[in-house]
Amino acid sequence: MNLKFRSRWWSFGFRSTVMLYFIMLIVIPIIGIYTQSFSLGWTPFYESISDPLAWKAVLLTVKLALIAAIINILIGTMIGWTLNRYKFAGRRLLNSLVDLPFALPTAVGGLMILLLLGPNSVVGSLAEKLGFEIVFHEPAIVVAMVFVTFPFVIRAVQPLLEELDKSEEEAAYTMGATKAKTFISIIFPSLLPGVLSGGMLAFSRALAEFGAVVLVAGNIPGKTLIASVYIYGEIESDNSQGAAAVSIVLLTFSFLILWVVSRVQARRHSK
Amino acid sequence: MKKVWIPITYLIFIILIIIPLIRIFTGAMGDGWGGFSDALSRPEALHALMMTGLITIVVTIINTLFGVMLSLYLVRAEWLSGKLKQLLNSVLDLPFAVSPIIGGLMIVLLLGPNTALGSLLNDAGISIVYAFPGMVIATLFVTFPMMVREIMPVLQEIGSSQEEAASTLGAYSWYTFWKVTWPAIRWGVIYGVVLTVARCFGEFGAVLVVSGNIINKTQTATTLVYQDVENFNVTAANGVALVLAAFSVGLLLLMEWAKKRKEVH
Repeated sequence: MNLKFRSRWWSFGFRSTVMLYFIMLIVIPIIGIYTQSFSLGWTPFYESISDPLAWKAVLLTVKLALIAAIINILIGTMIGWTLNRYKFAGRRLLNSLVDLPFALPTAVGGLMILLLLGPNSVVGSLAEKLGFEIVFHEPAIVVAMVFVTFPFVIRAVQPLLEELDKSEEEAAYTMGATKAKTFISIIFPSLLPGVLSGGMLAFSRALAEFGAVVLVAGNIPGKTLIASVYIYGEIESDNSQGAAAVSIVLLTFSFLILWVVSRVQARRHSK
Repeated sequence: MKKVWIPITYLIFIILIIIPLIRIFTGAMGDGWGGFSDALSRPEALHALMMTGLITIVVTIINTLFGVMLSLYLVRAEWLSGKLKQLLNSVLDLPFAVSPIIGGLMIVLLLGPNTALGSLLNDAGISIVYAFPGMVIATLFVTFPMMVREIMPVLQEIGSSQEEAASTLGAYSWYTFWKVTWPAIRWGVIYGVVLTVARCFGEFGAVLVVSGNIINKTQTATTLVYQDVENFNVTAANGVALVLAAFSVGLLLLMEWAKKRKEVH
């Protein structure tokens, strides 16, 4: 009896500790940032958001993240398809390399892009001769975002490809459909949930990206300054209310995306 | 079509992943082996690598302990209602949606020197922000979901019948955990540890904000790379980056191995 009683106290202690830890680590910081951004009332919040540099940074981030997500959806679906459907030398190696952008520190990723596309590199000087600039301009930011979010779509599409019912596809072939038509009307619809949730995860990660972008963007206010770098600048200049205000715009956006993705996945599981 | 897709896939991998890796290597060796070892033997580089190592170890241990317990509760606990479990489950994903910079900002806003809690702790002689504890908290925040997300599916898959059998037969909860649950989730935990380590030592944004990037004090390997690039000291940045990149490739191999083991068990 005594032992049972003691173990009950123990488990109660464990439960409270774990739950308290969870709430303190995750919930309280998020509540904190929302309250901080309204700490001086609505007007300063509105002023921080309507600062042209701030909303330009947010718009630029959304635009470039969208481009990066679309690029990733295209190449990700293709690579997922190739890695799952065809047998070729080096397939397993490539399949493991997919995760490298997740394992690599983002600052190292940024440095790589800077070295490869920078003004002293082969590609950089070639582009300069042709009259367009990469590093410290928008293309470099997109490249950094694509690199960092590369695995998302591939990893979301692969399980769907594996469980795909081959008989439907074969039926389509037998009835004389071309490969392209089969892909568009049979295969792609069943990949769509993966493509969408992978693409949205890539989008939200690209919105949030800092390390890879800060090194290659040049960070010119109003031109190549993206939201997370803008927030960093505000923190450095001790304007925590302004930083928090722009943060919650970005955060709310990401939370919405996350919510949609979880809805899409829940629907797929319940099917 | 096969003839087209395979070469394109190879091309994308070579451009996006393989060439950058090689470029880091040649960049670090640009001034020969001496330049590389000079870059690494700078006192600030050694200190930064040590900080990164320490943070990674502390965070991985804390995350593993709390991650295993939280996933057990979220999957098994009868004292949590289904609705509450669902809510906690969605809250758990929030750090993934938070930009690391914002994660760092949250910690500064809560525990910074200007806040009530921060000044209280400061008077007691404990500094959190711009010091080691803050960096650990920021990294914990960013990496917390990884472990739980690895373990929860495994727990759901194995079901609770074996555990129930063990406790009906009179095994205490600790004993049940070690003998029944642990062997089943072991490879999931190891995979989670590898993922957490990868994310910890690569963490940049959150740590940059919280640490203040003070040289020889709170500077980590990634923030040192950033500072070196900002100071146009590209060879030195490359040296540190090469160490980090080599470590990531090693972790990637470990991930593959753990994934394979996980599938077997």
